[in-house]
Amino acid sequence: MKYIFSNKNRALLAELVRTDFKLRYQGSVLGYAWSLLKPLLMFGILYIVFVRFLKVGGDIDNYPIYLLIGIVLWNFFIEMTSQSLGAIVARGDLIRKIRIPRWIIIISASVSALINLMLNLIVVAIFIMFSDVAIRPVIVWFPIVVFQIYLLALGISLFLSAAYVKYRDVSYIWEVVTQAGFYMTPVLYPLSVIPALIYQKLLLLNPLAQAIQDARYALVTPETLTMGGVYKASWPHLIPLGITAFILLIGTLYFKKESKYFAENL
Amino acid sequence: MAEPELAIKVTGVSKAFRLPHEKQSSIKGLFVNAFRRRRSYEIQNVLNDISFDVKKGEFFGIVGRNGSGKSTMLKILAGIYTPNKGKVEINGKLTPFIELGVGFSPELSGRENVYLNGALLGFSRKEMEAMYDEIVSFAELEQFMDQKLKNYSSGMQVRLAFSIAIRANTEILVLDEVLAVGDQAFQKKCLEYFAKIKNDKKTVILVTHDMGVAKRYCDRAILIEKGKITSQGNINTVVSDYQKINLDRAEKEIADRNDRIAKKDGGNTKQLTVHRIFTEDGKGKRRVVFNPNEKIRIGVELHTTVAVDNPSIGISFNNPGGPPVAVTSSSDRKVPLKLAANSTATLSWEVENIFNDGSYLISVTALDKSKQILLDQATEAYKFEVQGWPHPYGIVHPKDSLVKR
Repeated sequence: MKYIFSNKNRALLAELVRTDFKLRYQGSVLGYAWSLLKPLLMFGILYIVFVRFLKVGGDIDNYPIYLLIGIVLWNFFIEMTSQSLGAIVARGDLIRKIRIPRWIIIISASVSALINLMLNLIVVAIFIMFSDVAIRPVIVWFPIVVFQIYLLALGISLFLSAAYVKYRDVSYIWEVVTQAGFYMTPVLYPLSVIPALIYQKLLLLNPLAQAIQDARYALVTPETLTMGGVYKASWPHLIPLGITAFILLIGTLYFKKESKYFAENL
Repeated sequence: MAEPELAIKVTGVSKAFRLPHEKQSSIKGLFVNAFRRRRSYEIQNVLNDISFDVKKGEFFGIVGRNGSGKSTMLKILAGIYTPNKGKVEINGKLTPFIELGVGFSPELSGRENVYLNGALLGFSRKEMEAMYDEIVSFAELEQFMDQKLKNYSSGMQVRLAFSIAIRANTEILVLDEVLAVGDQAFQKKCLEYFAKIKNDKKTVILVTHDMGVAKRYCDRAILIEKGKITSQGNINTVVSDYQKINLDRAEKEIADRNDRIAKKDGGNTKQLTVHRIFTEDGKGKRRVVFNPNEKIRIGVELHTTVAVDNPSIGISFNNPGGPPVAVTSSSDRKVPLKLAANSTATLSWEVENIFNDGSYLISVTALDKSKQILLDQATEAYKFEVQGWPHPYGIVHPKDSLVKR
C-alpha cells in the first residue's frame, strides 16, 4: 500500500488523469460542461419516455430522482469499465517503452470516471434540494454503496483490460453483456414491476442491481425494494457482496499475471 | 544483492518470444486452435543464458548488430519485459530511455507535455515546477510552450524531450541509441550529456552499434550475437571483436552483391562492353573491405567485338544515393589502349585509400576516342567498403603532412 501511494505514483496518476480530462473534451465548444450536460440530456429523454409517457413507477415517491440515481450510477459503471477496457492497449506506447506500474493506467481511467460521477452527483444533489425528498440518516450508506460499485467496476476493468490485450473480441462481447445487463438491472424500471418474487430475488443477486437499489434506499425513499425487503432476511445481502469481492480478486490476480507480458503481447 | 559494489547483476537470463503464424487476436481463433491441437506459433529465442554484471559508477556498453537481441536485453533491464529464465538484480533507482518523448501527446501544449513526460520519468509536480524554466531554455523553445505539440517540428519535439530526459537524476541510467536521431547540433548535445554523466560517476548502460561512441565512453561492454554473449570485458577488446565479425560479414555480403550485378551482363553497343569490375589490395588479393591507408586496385575487364582504338574509360566512386566522391578516366593517363577485335583487356587502377568509412559504388563509363559516343556503361555496378578510420568524419582523408615552423 505504501508503494501504491508513493509520491512518484501519485504524481504520475494525477498527471495521467489531468491529461485524460484535457484530451477528452479537446476541440469541443462546451468542454467540461459536457460531463454534466450528457447525463442531464439522457435523463431528460428517459424522464419524458418513462415517467411521462409510459408512467412507470407511478406509485414510487420522487420517481424522477429515483430514476436519475439509477442512471447516474449505471453510467458510472459503464464509463469506468469501457474506458478501462481499451486503456492498456491505448497506452501501449508507454507500456512498451517506459517502466510504470501497469495498474496505474487502470486506476487513472477509474479516477476519471469517479470525477465524472462526482459532477453528476452534484446534479443529483441539486434535484434533491428542489424536491420533497427527506434526507434520512441512512444516507451515510450511500458513499459505501458507491464504493462497492467502484470495486466491482475495478475488478471487471482489470480483467477486461488485460484480456483485451490478447483478444480484441472482448470489446464486442462486453458491449453485448452491458446491453443485457442494462435490462437485467432495475435502472429504468422499479423492481416492483416484476411480478414473480423469484425473479426479483434472482435479479437482486446481481451486485450492481443490489447496489443501485441500496443507493436509492439510502438517498430517495425507504420504499425501494432491497435485498432485505425481497428476501426478508439480512444474510442474502452477503451474496452480491461476495460476488463483488470475488470479481475484484479474480480481476486483480488475472491482471497481475498478464501484466508481465503486456509489453510483448501488445 | 550480495556484492554492494554492483549496480546490476544479470544471471542466466533467457527470453523467448512466441511468434504466432497468424496473429491470434480473437476468441474464435483460440477455440479453433484449441480443437486443432496444433501449435500455430513458433518460439524465437532472443536471448540465451546471458550473465553479466555492472559495477557502480561504470559506463557499460551493450553492443551488437541489429536483431542481435541487445534491445531485448535493455528492455529486460528496464523492467519492460519479464525474462523466461534467470534473474536481474538492480541495486538502486533506474531510469530507462528507450525512446525520447514517450507519452508525448500531440494535442497537448508543450507545457502540458513537459509535466506529463516528467511524471512518467518519476518527477513530482513540484520538482517539475522547479526545473521547468531550465528545461524550456535548454530546449530553446521559450516562445512555443503554449502551442500544441503537433505544431512543433520533429526537431523541436526531440529537443524538448531531450531536455526533460537529461534531468533524470537516478543512480542508474539505461540508454538506447538515442543518438540515432536528430541533427549534428543535437548529437553534439547528446555527446556532451554522455560526458557529463560519465564525469558524475553515474552507472550508465548504453546500447549502441556505434563503435566510435562505445569506445569513447564505455569502460566495459558485452557483445551480443544471436542472443548470446560472444565477447565481454574491456571495451577495446569487445569493439575489435565486433569489428572483426562485421568485417567478415561485410566481405561476404558485398561479394554476394557484386556477383549478382556481374551476372546481369548489360551492354548497349556491341563494340565494347564492361564485362567485370573487381577490387583487390596492393598485393593483388581480392578484397571488398579496405582499411585506411591501403592501396585499392580497381580492375575493369573489357570485351570487344570490333577493334577499338583508344577508348576513354572513366570510373567514378559515389556513396549510395550521393554524388560522385571521386572520378578518374583513362584519357587522363597517357596509356595507349589499342584493343583488337574479339579480345579481352583488363585495366587496373591503383588508388590510395583516402575514402572515409562507408560504402562506395563504382560506375564505369566507356566512351569512344572522340568522347562523343557512349560505348557501354555500368552504373553503380560494384560496391566496396571502407572501415576503420580513427576519426570517421568528412568525405575523404587527404594525404597530408604536418610540420611545426
